[in-house]
Amino acid sequence: MDELVAAHGSSEVRRTPLYSLHLQLGARMVPFAGYEMPVQYPAGIRAEHEHTRTQAGLFDISHMGQIRLEGENAAEWLESLVPGDIKGLVPGQQRYSVLTNAEGGVIDDLMITRMPDHYFLVVNASRKQHDFDYLQSQLPADCALTHLTNKGLLAIQGPTASTVMARLDSRLAELPFLGATTSTLAGIECLVHRCGYTGEDGYEISTDNTEVETLARLLLDNPEVKPIGLGARDSLRLEAGLSLYGHELDESTTPIEAGLTWVIAKKYRSDNPEFARFPGANIILSQVIHGPKKILKGFRPEGKIPLRDGISIYDGEGKITGIITSGAYGQTFAGPVAMGFVRNIPDTHLSYTVEIRNQRHRIISTDLPFVKHRYYRKFR
Amino acid sequence: MSTIKFTDDHEWLRLENDGSVTVGITDYAQEQLGDVVYVELPEAGTSFEAGKEMAVVESVKAAGDVKVPVAGEVVEVNVRLTEEPELVNTDPLGDGWFLKIIPENLDDLEELMDESQYHEYIGGL
Repeated sequence: MDELVAAHGSSEVRRTPLYSLHLQLGARMVPFAGYEMPVQYPAGIRAEHEHTRTQAGLFDISHMGQIRLEGENAAEWLESLVPGDIKGLVPGQQRYSVLTNAEGGVIDDLMITRMPDHYFLVVNASRKQHDFDYLQSQLPADCALTHLTNKGLLAIQGPTASTVMARLDSRLAELPFLGATTSTLAGIECLVHRCGYTGEDGYEISTDNTEVETLARLLLDNPEVKPIGLGARDSLRLEAGLSLYGHELDESTTPIEAGLTWVIAKKYRSDNPEFARFPGANIILSQVIHGPKKILKGFRPEGKIPLRDGISIYDGEGKITGIITSGAYGQTFAGPVAMGFVRNIPDTHLSYTVEIRNQRHRIISTDLPFVKHRYYRKFR
Repeated sequence: MSTIKFTDDHEWLRLENDGSVTVGITDYAQEQLGDVVYVELPEAGTSFEAGKEMAVVESVKAAGDVKVPVAGEVVEVNVRLTEEPELVNTDPLGDGWFLKIIPENLDDLEELMDESQYHEYIGGL
């Protein structure tokens, strides 16, 4: 009896609206950010990765947090929390940004969209409750925040994603990169963004929990589309040089260290900068000018040995100079790929090594991304 | 007729006619590991103790050891796995073999599971 209670008490694992579909598709489910998520389907991670780069992959990202923000001064307020230009967004335009803390670290990375009468935020699954509580605690009286727990989220990614989406709504073929629009797909009300986390062209589609499975099945009915699990999602984003919260980003890493200098609005970096109010602005803007102590780089092994998250990086003198934060097999790159932080010193003649099973292996610092981005080339 | 034995760590050991024993990982093991992307093999001639790690197999998801509960010497390794680690997935009991050993004591193999015992074992996992 005690065991039953204990087992029940510890099984606070949540499921997305696509849980039964995943099982039906033969997914192997794993716990991720408090959810039971598909890590792979029977095709396997390498095949799923390949399929996304050559056709179109469908991802269940319903575990991510979706937040609605309303209020006259919402943009003004957001600019007190993130280093990006939010007031400059036009309706239907989305921007990647980061919530910073007073030390310049990253509370979370997120997508912010300006809609005609509100802002729409997508945050990481592992941080959504934390983010929502934080935002709520900072919220001015004239703004309102809603955690859209009634919404699910799908991503369709790959070179044929736009062909598939255009069959449901022809306007979507021309939706600009980082653009957003409401759309009715086979009778289902959706919010569609042209964005993603693979480096490929693609879309993210938000819709009611009750409609997610119908929409997913509809998309899977297209011959181009196959379901893709978290395993390939990770190797795809890693090849694309995109950071993952908890790996490349955390509360003790600044966006500058993580190679995200581009998220800092130009208005804070001009000759006559606008006063920046986001937390940690002094530290972050100083790093923009003087450079950070550590920097994020891409790495690959000289041979074929996989580089795993958490292993130390040694410099030419054998001293620890950094750490690998993500590693995966890059199916498109055709070899292991990794990202990690190292001390920010000129590295023209630096040789890096890692130690795996008591043996030193040379690793090579590599430009990011490993695989060229192929986003839709029309901007707003 | 060759005899095939199984460990509870999902290695298979096949006694060959020349007295050597070929070692690999089972279909169940490769299925659990997922796509294999790297195999690290010892040099031929290496001696090893019972239960000692002899090779490493890494998949897109995890790393695992290959060890056998018998002592002996490695006489040959499957060098094809260095360039084609995916053979472990596509043909785990054939071209995906890891190494050949000469056990110090062939009787040690008797302790291991036979095919039907192994199937029963994985059925319970």
